Amino acid sequence: MEKKVEVLIVGAGPAGLSAAIEVARGGARVLVVDENGVAGGQLFKQIHRFFGSRDHSAGVRGFEIGTRLLRECENAGVEIMLNSVVWGLFPDMTAGVVFFNKHNVAVRAERIILSCGASENTLNFPGWTLPGVMGAGAAQTMMNIHRVLPGKEAIMVGSGNVGLIVGYQLIQAGCQVKAVLEILPEVGGYKVHANKLARLGVEILTSWTVVEARGREKVEEVVISRVDSKLQPMAGSKRTISADLVCMAVGLSPLAELAWMAGCRFGYFPLLGGFVPLHGANLETTLPGIYVAGDISGIEEASTAMEEGKLAAVSVLESLKRISPAEAAGRRKVISQSLVSLRRGPYGDFRQKEKERIFREFEKVKEGSGGYH
Amino acid sequence: MAIIDCPEEIPCNPCETICPSGAIKVGQPITNIPLLDEEKCTGCGRCLPICPGLAISILNYRFRKDEAALTVPYELLPLPEPGETVMAVDRQGRQLTEGKIVRLIAPEKNQQTALVTFSFPRKFYRKVCYFKRKRNHTP
Ligand SMILES: Cc1cc2nc3c(=O)[nH]c(=O)nc-3n(C[C@H](O)[C@H](O)[C@H](O)COP(=O)(O)OP(=O)(O)OC[C@H]3O[C@@H](n4cnc5c(N)ncnc54)[C@H](O)[C@@H]3O)c2cc1C
Repeated sequence: MEKKVEVLIVGAGPAGLSAAIEVARGGARVLVVDENGVAGGQLFKQIHRFFGSRDHSAGVRGFEIGTRLLRECENAGVEIMLNSVVWGLFPDMTAGVVFFNKHNVAVRAERIILSCGASENTLNFPGWTLPGVMGAGAAQTMMNIHRVLPGKEAIMVGSGNVGLIVGYQLIQAGCQVKAVLEILPEVGGYKVHANKLARLGVEILTSWTVVEARGREKVEEVVISRVDSKLQPMAGSKRTISADLVCMAVGLSPLAELAWMAGCRFGYFPLLGGFVPLHGANLETTLPGIYVAGDISGIEEASTAMEEGKLAAVSVLESLKRISPAEAAGRRKVISQSLVSLRRGPYGDFRQKEKERIFREFEKVKEGSGGYH
Repeated sequence: MAIIDCPEEIPCNPCETICPSGAIKVGQPITNIPLLDEEKCTGCGRCLPICPGLAISILNYRFRKDEAALTVPYELLPLPEPGETVMAVDRQGRQLTEGKIVRLIAPEKNQQTALVTFSFPRKFYRKVCYFKRKRNHTP
């Protein structure tokens, strides 16, 4: 089967949905494809209130932001194809899509926005394949989407915002969090999130890591250890804790396979999650017509993902001549200012710098050098 | 009066936007730390449930003779009941003294964030920041 659209968007998270709304409002025919049964990406797992400003729905719970975006999509006439995986992207701007594990559709588009999000990193240690060891995002999906408690006694590995937030949500779901382990000497996430756990009596152990999970059929106990300044486990510091759940919140990596496959050039930006498809300030990749937005363009937040979605949409509308260069420039300026204001402070400055480095690397490739294939 | 425990420059300002008396200032950039104008704060509590960090509480220093009361946002089930004896805890969750639940504003009123007021002996007012129920949180 074949299908033709003006704009194809891969991934219906905050980035993809925001992009789709703008593109549709600009009059272009847009199709969003997502592998899940419900659109919204990470948002429907997020039962906590989001940070940000009023323009970014601050103080509103993630799933409610998702509901708002879906309503706007409906009003704007966005077509969303669910339960559909994009499995390939070919040089002639055709995407291979499998619908419900069965029907194959070749979607040909004039412009493509990749907003696939990210995948969770994992840790390997003896026992890590036992049932009960999982990503923090997986635990969150079990609890908040499927209403299944992933365990009764948990160890959270990693104290970034994901670890702290999911740790709190585990408690809300009725699980006891035995400890949050952080291999670095400092807590990684926001202090306010750490404080929420601390005042409920949860220990956040800095300079500690997990070394082993033990059990017959599933996790029954977890061995943890203090680490030295080289982050290596210290002899004689091991402790064994009874637990049936080990959650890993040890970072995310951009889900960029489709961009690799299409032939986009990449750069390595460890502070943004690793290999990132190079892109310019208008979010176009090194392949004309293919754009990126959200976590795939460097791990950040839902607020930045929504702004990037809008930015990619403006670039697409401009290149399709739906809006004038002057209008595009004006809208880009407003969005860019908002992005700059979100990338400030101790958790933002480094992202702004890394983003600028991506733009510079992109320019180099455009001039004929640099970038990984 | 509101007590804001928000010591880091994070991009967030709903407390400023919701305050009806202009007592909380974040300004630009939105990563500024919120500043409270104690003269203007009426203790209305609108900022408590909107704060994503659950980082604001309201202290009533003169709740009763020798007793202070703290109102905090609460997002755990089951909810405590007025009259219930609880543990008043410090930032590490250590019990400092006993407290008593005096009021509960139902979660439905504030998009699923309950507001709970508990009283405790006034001399602990500098350290008490939350409460724990004697029974487990597990539903
Ligand atoms: C625990 C946790 C708490 C968070 N809290 C906050 C917060 O308070 N505030 C904030 O601003 N941000 C928060 N975030 C971050 C935020 O959720 C992400 O940054 C944001 O969701 C990224 O948006 P996205 O659209 O890029 O990706 P996603 O939301 O991940 O969406 C991508 C979508 O694409 C789909 N997809 C990927 N590949 C394919 C394919 N090949 N075919 C079809 N579909 C595909 C995925 O299944 C997914 O549905 C949190 C994240 C986590 C994990």
